[in-house]
Amino acid sequence: MSETTVSEANNGSNSQPSNISEVTIRLAGNSQDGIQSIGGFLARLAGRSERDVMTMMTIPSTISGGASIFQVRLGSGEVISPGDKADVLFAFYQHSYDNHVNNLTKGGVLVYDSDHVEPCEEWLTKYRHIGIAISSLTVEAIGGTARDKGKNIYALGLIAGMFSLDTTKLERLINERFGSKSKSILKTAMDAFQAGCRYQSNDISNLFRLARGGAERSNQVVMSGNEAIGYGLIAAGVRFGAGYPITPWSDIMELLRRELPKYGGSFIQCEDEIASVSMAIGASYGGHVAVTGSSGPGISLKTEAIGWAVMAEIPLVVIDVQRGGPSTGLPTDVEQSDLNIALYGGHGDSPRVVLAASDVEDCFYTAIEAVNIARKYSVPVFVLTDQAIATRIEAFNEPDLKTICKNVELDLSPVPSHKPYDLSSGDGPSQHRAPGTRIEDGRYPVVTGLEHDEWGHPSGDAANHIAMTKKRRNKLKILADELPASEVYGADSGDVLLVGWGSTKGPLLEAVEELGSNGDALSALHIKHINPLPNDLDTIFSRFSSVYVIEMNDGGVYGYGQLAGVLRARFADARIKGINKTAARRWKVSEIIERVKERLEEEAATA
Amino acid sequence: MSDTATMEQPTQDAGERQPVTKKEITADHPTWCPGCGDFSVLSIYYKLIQKRNIPHENVSTVAGIGCSSRFPYFVQAHGVHYIHGRALSFASGLSISRPDLHVFTFGGDGDAFSIGGNHFVHTARKNVKMTYLVMDNFVYGLTKKQTSPTSPLGFKSKTDNWGAFDQPINPMKLAISAGATFVARTSHTNPKHLLEMMDAAMDHDGFSFIECLSECTEFFAGAFDNSNPRKGGEFKLMPEDHDPTDEAAAYALASEDFPGRFGIFYQIQRPTKNALEAGVIDAAQGKFEGKPDSEVLQATFDLMK
Repeated sequence: MSETTVSEANNGSNSQPSNISEVTIRLAGNSQDGIQSIGGFLARLAGRSERDVMTMMTIPSTISGGASIFQVRLGSGEVISPGDKADVLFAFYQHSYDNHVNNLTKGGVLVYDSDHVEPCEEWLTKYRHIGIAISSLTVEAIGGTARDKGKNIYALGLIAGMFSLDTTKLERLINERFGSKSKSILKTAMDAFQAGCRYQSNDISNLFRLARGGAERSNQVVMSGNEAIGYGLIAAGVRFGAGYPITPWSDIMELLRRELPKYGGSFIQCEDEIASVSMAIGASYGGHVAVTGSSGPGISLKTEAIGWAVMAEIPLVVIDVQRGGPSTGLPTDVEQSDLNIALYGGHGDSPRVVLAASDVEDCFYTAIEAVNIARKYSVPVFVLTDQAIATRIEAFNEPDLKTICKNVELDLSPVPSHKPYDLSSGDGPSQHRAPGTRIEDGRYPVVTGLEHDEWGHPSGDAANHIAMTKKRRNKLKILADELPASEVYGADSGDVLLVGWGSTKGPLLEAVEELGSNGDALSALHIKHINPLPNDLDTIFSRFSSVYVIEMNDGGVYGYGQLAGVLRARFADARIKGINKTAARRWKVSEIIERVKERLEEEAATA
Repeated sequence: MSDTATMEQPTQDAGERQPVTKKEITADHPTWCPGCGDFSVLSIYYKLIQKRNIPHENVSTVAGIGCSSRFPYFVQAHGVHYIHGRALSFASGLSISRPDLHVFTFGGDGDAFSIGGNHFVHTARKNVKMTYLVMDNFVYGLTKKQTSPTSPLGFKSKTDNWGAFDQPINPMKLAISAGATFVARTSHTNPKHLLEMMDAAMDHDGFSFIECLSECTEFFAGAFDNSNPRKGGEFKLMPEDHDPTDEAAAYALASEDFPGRFGIFYQIQRPTKNALEAGVIDAAQGKFEGKPDSEVLQATFDLMK
């Protein structure tokens, strides 16, 4: 093969391979290049071997033609965040090269498509450059029939060669992916892959030695956060959903539309967000816990109906795949700024449950938990995820579906009598009875958004409103009593506790680990149940001198973000402070460390 | 309960039970003003339930917000008082997920054609199986006399002291053009005709829409006198030779000046949303030969390894 260029960086890469336990690879190209599928293949490969993987995708908001990146972190131990800087950058175009070279680690390797990229003098001395004519070599390999199309698979072959990955397993995966399509498509993919694997110039197979992991792990499945939410809902017995397209929620509705019929269910695409939440509530009323979901703007539209479900005590699951806001905001970027609307969106006192998923695996289990809580407490349950986990692909231990999957038979057994809003049962949740349920004393329930008496008939009586408000609030207190104990990562007590929620969990725990290995004692607490909060938080907080809440949202007028605001209101504890980020990008481990150190220094200086 | 034998029978024998009595199906005394047209709709609904022998527990009444939407409180049966304008969406979720029920949705002109206008159009085009009866009084009653989307030009309301000048909606034309498969019009002053329309609507396999003129004696008294023979008006039925499958003819009849015609303007058969979704389910489930859900999901997970 010709047309290759190598430049040796000053900092001394040589033919001796570096032994590494993990590697972060960033692929930068355009959205139509299919670079995400490289990540998908690597993630699946990891799921079938001893390696762990985490991938991160950035999709452009333009439909086609925009820049797109995909980052894969491949490790032999547990990988808990997608990685900050890349060890290897694949740059397919000049703009990919120019925009991402800064994200390489010191001594990183830059692989570029020499058909499209002209390296810059300044960087040539700083990073090891390997120019490979990816475009023309791909055309050569697959016969020039599908220009640009096989580039991603060719690059996958290059990566397999570079890191001595299991090519037999990868070929099997390619077979599974393309085997159902035409024979020629499969052959093209296989040709491109094998050509990539065969590429040997520049000694690329001797650059790295990726350590093998420990013992073979149990079976793993590989999926994105959005997929995990969808399948979690199905496992929990959700058989009806309704929604309206919006990024990044749409994947979930597409999945449910496609998959639910296999289980006897339906997902309906509605004319708008209000119709979709209403249809879901209607189906829940019909006896099947139903789901609706959206991202920021759509959630705003749904709030009146969600308030109705709180008032009428009808179960409902609401998925909010958060994106940058307010208004149309940053549709394809990550932010954790919908916590307030999940907690408080809507008028009146309307207590609802709010859970936040921390990674792809947790999306699966959080969806299940949400359905079970909605069912048991007859209440709307929000599940917050965000753009970062929604599109990220991870491998996780295969769930035991036989024990997890719920039987969803509709229960219409007759009851002697039924009060939909029974006050005599203490503070316990009301059990919803769907239409078709015979009430033998002939007194049937009305479910309603008007304040009501125990049978659901309108009542403006003050004592009744007090009792009903308490009933709706107290079931969340009962739920709080049932929550598992909170887990502190790192030392049980000390100077600083970092608190996070949602997708910041990975970087947060890694930051604690990294700081710990440098001798700075720091602990972390990740909160999954945000409303109601676990009962044990104050005792945990009391064991630390400072509590910093790390969030991807604005510190606001008073200097703390949305979760920090909740915690301050709850515990009236001025030691709770915010460390916030509004860059619409996920937290990097290094950034957390830097910001925490800065704050500690500032506070030491003013003390 | 007046019928103890009925009470001892299990649900599946519902068909053999005696029809519910008017007493059994009656709940709160309506909050409507004396003389309100909605009383007539309520009593015809009781009649329909009895005539059709709908098992008591299967009567499903959904409404939005407005005077007429108080309806479910006055029916002793499973009922829903939902939010303003969205009753059709709620009812669609119930209807699609519970094919064993015939859902009745009640509302007024504000609920149907103003705040809920979009849902009206889309429920009609999707042909979701249910009956939607709109008690149209040409005015906002619950909020005390503001202009409604069906208020005629010149109607003096609190929001149009000088007389309404926005073109009113013609519910028949809106329903036909949106793709409703059963479109009928009646009036509270003719209970026999009202029952006939509700009966036909319930027989229809699809979205059956009835506009029922229902006078607001408080804020728009006499609005419908032109259609009431007892007040010197004419209750003009559809021409005998009208073919309800003829969309253009239906549209032309709907364009006649007030008080216009009464009867079934338009009725065609088109697969319901319910049937189409059920078809998708049958096709999808056929491949799994009755396997338990956990195995179906396992098959999907096996592809993600």
